[in-house]
Amino acid sequence: MVVLNKASAPKGKGRDIKGLPYEEYFASGHRACAGCGEALMVRHIVKAAGPNSIAVMSTGCMEVVSTPYPQTAWKIPWIHGAFENNSAIASGIDAALKMQGRREGTNLLVFGGDGASFDIGFGALSGAIERGHKFTYVCTDNEAYMNTGVQRSGATPFLASTTTSPAGKAVHGKQEPKKPLPLIVASHGLRYVATASASNIYDLHAKVKKALATDHTSFIHAYSVCPVGWHSKSDSAITLSKLAVQTRVFPMYEIENGILKFTQKVEREKATPVLEYLKLQGRFKHLSEVEVKQIQEYVDARYEFLLGIEGKKAFDVLY
Amino acid sequence: MAKTVVEASHAVAEAVKLCKVEVCPMYPITPSTHIPETISEFVADGELKSAMINVESEHSAASAVVGAAAAGSRTFTATSSQGLALMFEILPITSGMRLPTVMAVANRALSAPISIWNDHSDAVSARDQGWIQLWVESSQEALDSVIQGYKISEDRKVQLPVMVCFDGFTLTHVFEPVDIPSQQKVDSFLPKFRASHVLDPKKPLTMGPIGFPNSFMHFKEQQQEAMINSIDVIKKANKEFGTAFGRKYGSGLVDLYKMGDAEYAVMGMGTLCGTARVAVDKLRKQGKKAGLIKLRSLRPFPKKELQSAIKNLNALAVIDRHISLGQEGPLFTDVRSAVYCNDITINSYIAGLGGRDITIKHFEKAFADLEAGKQKGEWLF
Repeated sequence: MVVLNKASAPKGKGRDIKGLPYEEYFASGHRACAGCGEALMVRHIVKAAGPNSIAVMSTGCMEVVSTPYPQTAWKIPWIHGAFENNSAIASGIDAALKMQGRREGTNLLVFGGDGASFDIGFGALSGAIERGHKFTYVCTDNEAYMNTGVQRSGATPFLASTTTSPAGKAVHGKQEPKKPLPLIVASHGLRYVATASASNIYDLHAKVKKALATDHTSFIHAYSVCPVGWHSKSDSAITLSKLAVQTRVFPMYEIENGILKFTQKVEREKATPVLEYLKLQGRFKHLSEVEVKQIQEYVDARYEFLLGIEGKKAFDVLY
Repeated sequence: MAKTVVEASHAVAEAVKLCKVEVCPMYPITPSTHIPETISEFVADGELKSAMINVESEHSAASAVVGAAAAGSRTFTATSSQGLALMFEILPITSGMRLPTVMAVANRALSAPISIWNDHSDAVSARDQGWIQLWVESSQEALDSVIQGYKISEDRKVQLPVMVCFDGFTLTHVFEPVDIPSQQKVDSFLPKFRASHVLDPKKPLTMGPIGFPNSFMHFKEQQQEAMINSIDVIKKANKEFGTAFGRKYGSGLVDLYKMGDAEYAVMGMGTLCGTARVAVDKLRKQGKKAGLIKLRSLRPFPKKELQSAIKNLNALAVIDRHISLGQEGPLFTDVRSAVYCNDITINSYIAGLGGRDITIKHFEKAFADLEAGKQKGEWLF
């Protein structure tokens, strides 16, 4: 008779029936908030990369929660220097590994939040891509400076309320659109750019593997739910990740060799209204019906733009 | 030995080549530009096997040094003035992570007004960030100090980054006869770099974690201990260098000139010491007992050596090529703090800011003040 021990999850080497490894390289016990979507993304990205990897991380939530000295959640070598220099540190590592003859077979993962990637570290990222360094840059985007207390970033969506773009009587949240970072990165001429989210973990694993196999800089825009900053329930990470895709707020695509291809396309008539996404988050609770309509139009226009370039050589490939 | 006439910046690049530096992240800024240019030529001609990373800012140059050093490579970069200011954030990160490296600082004034010319405001303003600072007087000393710098920086009792500070234009662009040592000699003086902690998937470790208040101070205490350890390591490196190459620079920390029986002395850093030597010689010919204290190591600050150097002096003039605005010359502050028990007049002179020449006459004026018993220095224009 086979006795099933339901209490203990399988550990150690091996894979589940869908092929995900059991082994963890971002250990449990870190200090992320309950229901943190970013920690979930980081954990799976590192899991997909495997043990022969080095991680570079910007200052931010993930750095703080994962390395309270003398503890660490990292089972792969990990380095943090400052906020805006993850790409520059990675450039040095890439060069050093090449010089030492140990670049082959070693994955270099570079993590930055939206503040590090969209704003303060954008110049260093752009420079590193131009120089052709081989690493996979992952922007874990939770759409504001969460580590410092939910301040607005270049990634904060239109009309969202943050502590520096509050929903006041005169001004109703952030007035500017979100910077289209993956498209800007793609315009550098690199070979692989993708968006990914917790809505489809298997898709995330596949994209990380593809990115790491690229012989140049590759980029993944990783949608990361922050229940604390978004004022959503602590069990909302997966729900919101799925709704973001179904409402077309977060389009899922790959740009491979300059050609954009949806990995999950949502037709206009089948899309869930953005209201279903917005109403689960306190950062949008101030919105009027008119403003929700504005957001719906804004989201549709962005999606239509992507549909317009789908399948075409919309980005030049330089590397 | 055969000497070659080269520019000081070229001499520094020769040292980088001789030290077989593996990774050189570089960003050009006047007057340090000839260093990356020369290293680029070495790499392009296959004379140096090094990854020259042409980064997009000094901030990234310093950061790429951190990454490459953490990955276990010997690294080098160079900068000046605003470039060092932009790197500032990364200076305490490099030292706090105990990453050995050498950076040449071609000293230049900080804006505004913008000035491309020499003073010491860039590196002196960065003195508290855990970098050893060696200040040099000649092209030969610049080359030799880079080699010594790696020896000091990579010593397991130290493991701190080293700045080799040399005056912009006044030295960087000067051609002098320089002995470029043989590769064989440098190889036997400077062993291959073996980092104590390396980013390696075979042996994972976490570098640059968050230090809460219960641990942070211990890191700083250990850095201070390493700085104090470096006093003997600098002396030893200088002495061993002397044996191997036939030249050394005082004790490594300070270089005393005609101080044996001196009654009055001037003290400073960098190329102004060359001019001061001439002034001292001139005064000696007039029968005056003048001397020079050249400070080579600003950090660690050699308190004991200074106390002993000044013990027979009547008075000392400290020449600062920088001013801590709202206070005084920072070198003067350090010197007075080191010898506060000694009954000696110390005058503070501010000179040579933003490329203003420091001439023999300036030193004669300072010596005349000391002899006349004047108790106060001044700005030397």
